[in-house]
Amino acid sequence: MKELRLMKGNEAISEAAIRDGCDGYFGYPITPQSEILEYLMAERPYEKTGMIVLQAESEVASINMVYGGAACGKKVFTSSSSPGISLMQEGLSYMAGAELPAVIVNVVRGGPGLGTIQPSQADYFQSVKGGGHGDYKLITLAPASVQEMYDFVGLGFEIAFRYRNPVLILSDGAIGQMMEKVYLTEQKTRLTNEEIREKYPWATLGKVPGKHRNIITSLELESAKQEKVNIRIQAKYREVEKNEVRYEEILTEDAEYIFVAYGTSSRICQKSIELGRAKGMKIGLFRPITLYPFPSERINELAGKCKGMLSVEMSAGQMVEDVKLAVEGKTKVAHFGRLGGIIPSPVEVINAIEEKLMGGK
Amino acid sequence: MAKVKGSIVIDIEKCKGCEVCIPACPEEVIAIAQQVNGKGYKYAQPVTDDCTGCTNCAVVCPDGVITVYRMKVTE
Amino acid sequence: MANITDEDIRKPENLVYSRTKVLTENIMSYCPGCGHGTAHRIIAEVIEEMGIQDKTVGIAPVGCSVLAYNFFDLDMQQAPHGRAPAVGTAVKRLLPDHFVFTYQGDGDLAAIGTAETIHACNRGENITMIFINNGIYGMTGGQMAPTTLPGMKSSTSPYGRDVATMGNPLKITELLAQLPGTIYVARHAVHTPAAVRKAKKAVRKAFENQKLNKGTSFVEIVSNCNSGWKMTPNQSNKWMVDHMFPYYPMGEIKDTVGKE
Repeated sequence: MKELRLMKGNEAISEAAIRDGCDGYFGYPITPQSEILEYLMAERPYEKTGMIVLQAESEVASINMVYGGAACGKKVFTSSSSPGISLMQEGLSYMAGAELPAVIVNVVRGGPGLGTIQPSQADYFQSVKGGGHGDYKLITLAPASVQEMYDFVGLGFEIAFRYRNPVLILSDGAIGQMMEKVYLTEQKTRLTNEEIREKYPWATLGKVPGKHRNIITSLELESAKQEKVNIRIQAKYREVEKNEVRYEEILTEDAEYIFVAYGTSSRICQKSIELGRAKGMKIGLFRPITLYPFPSERINELAGKCKGMLSVEMSAGQMVEDVKLAVEGKTKVAHFGRLGGIIPSPVEVINAIEEKLMGGK
Repeated sequence: MAKVKGSIVIDIEKCKGCEVCIPACPEEVIAIAQQVNGKGYKYAQPVTDDCTGCTNCAVVCPDGVITVYRMKVTE
Repeated sequence: MANITDEDIRKPENLVYSRTKVLTENIMSYCPGCGHGTAHRIIAEVIEEMGIQDKTVGIAPVGCSVLAYNFFDLDMQQAPHGRAPAVGTAVKRLLPDHFVFTYQGDGDLAAIGTAETIHACNRGENITMIFINNGIYGMTGGQMAPTTLPGMKSSTSPYGRDVATMGNPLKITELLAQLPGTIYVARHAVHTPAAVRKAKKAVRKAFENQKLNKGTSFVEIVSNCNSGWKMTPNQSNKWMVDHMFPYYPMGEIKDTVGKE
């Protein structure tokens, strides 16, 4: 029988990492995600699995510790919230350039600047459009429940190592802080250095006599070579776009209007659908689970069958741009959002779709 | 009486002609050539046979291009 | 004796010095006469002599030595500017039986990476940190560094470093020696054969210390930047002795291991 536990979203991240056979966590406290570090420190995974937990001096140091660990082929992760994730952008760009796998958790709070500690989805652009410098992508998973917080850690590592690219879990303060039941998985064993050498021949574990040395770098001074690196990385992203798109649909079969929402917003939209359907409105929900790669193809299909789509986000309108690009003008697209750490109410969302897409109440 | 006699080999294609080895040599064995190597550097070369194989030149060479040999010679 | 030729002497049994195999065959990208090359060589020699090539991971910085990974025949990582101590921290924590060294210049270690440097040393990370101090940003073309001397000219202090407006040179090595996490802190140079031999001993000690698992070992190498200082290599070495050494004196600053 599966083990069931009531946990906070943040705690689920930590427990999932331990059980997934993670080798190390490096992080710095920031609200609303400090429970990730606190839980790991309290659990002392070093004694159980050998997993390292270290409180770094900053988010800048954290992400670079992740860089160093990932370069050794180790399963390492870090977590932070918006201002801290901004500080990590340099490291993330380097990791994408050096093709290093790792998981990064952003429990988003409202910005800009120090902003608020309340939940927000205003880091969408930063997550899926780059964030740091250069042509790169973060594979971005958007959990909408504590169970998904748990599940996406293992999934995130799997995808990260498959493509040698960082994977971001884009959560928010609501999902990080709320408690739900979680089905836990069995404890996996950590890979030995020998197993890492076998599985990841690029890892820097010390030069084996007679073999070529391994170098982890994002530097290539010759433009012709750097272009080749970029082309190879872009080809990898095309593979990611082909293979890793994930989404969930609720009542879209007969829907005339569709909410597009992820994470906390998608949960609000589920209630809004109930309210709307009770009033006879044929509304459905399309929930992107991967924000990059964005499920554009399916959204385009749905656009051909419905009268309008409302992108519901706790932001001033970020994902709506990708929805519009996906829709290619086939249907009306509007945005509804609350800012500054406010979660919209289901009634507000219903009112918004009526007003913006259905021609008013 | 036993004496030591040395000999150095300079990898002239890797030498950058920085001249750091010249004051390091107690026997003033090394001088800069008038010819240039493939990189366009006037390279260092041994010009006398006074080398004692003390390794000073090799130890101070930033590019590690000097190999040193030393043998005992009985007169 | 007159009939002994170079060919007679150049026999394998007479070999007393050759380039270490822990350096690659690549021609180093440093300017002629730059101390970086010598510093690389003594690190590589120490690794070869200790027989730890297969258990060593090096961390290269951003700066002139950004390409250090092309010259060491080792598994290497290239860290973002200033972050080598954070990168090295994780590598050592995850590979505690390995030897980990960071290699950084003054801008990398003592300006942009000051926080990572101090905190790695303060935690007593069991790594070897090599710090090349030539008082200038070499790679970007000779700008003022945290270690540029008072009055010293650079491309961003063209009239000389005015400490009233530009701040004082940072003696970060002395600062790090104050931290309980450092077990060995020394300052050396590589401009003469004697200096190189001393510096190599210090580097050897800094690597050997990793076997003790007691804290951070830190070796500063005061070096020249003949291109940045606009001198010949030998002139720059003399200038270094005359001007850098009084401000950055040579010697062992802290050795808690030796005292036990």
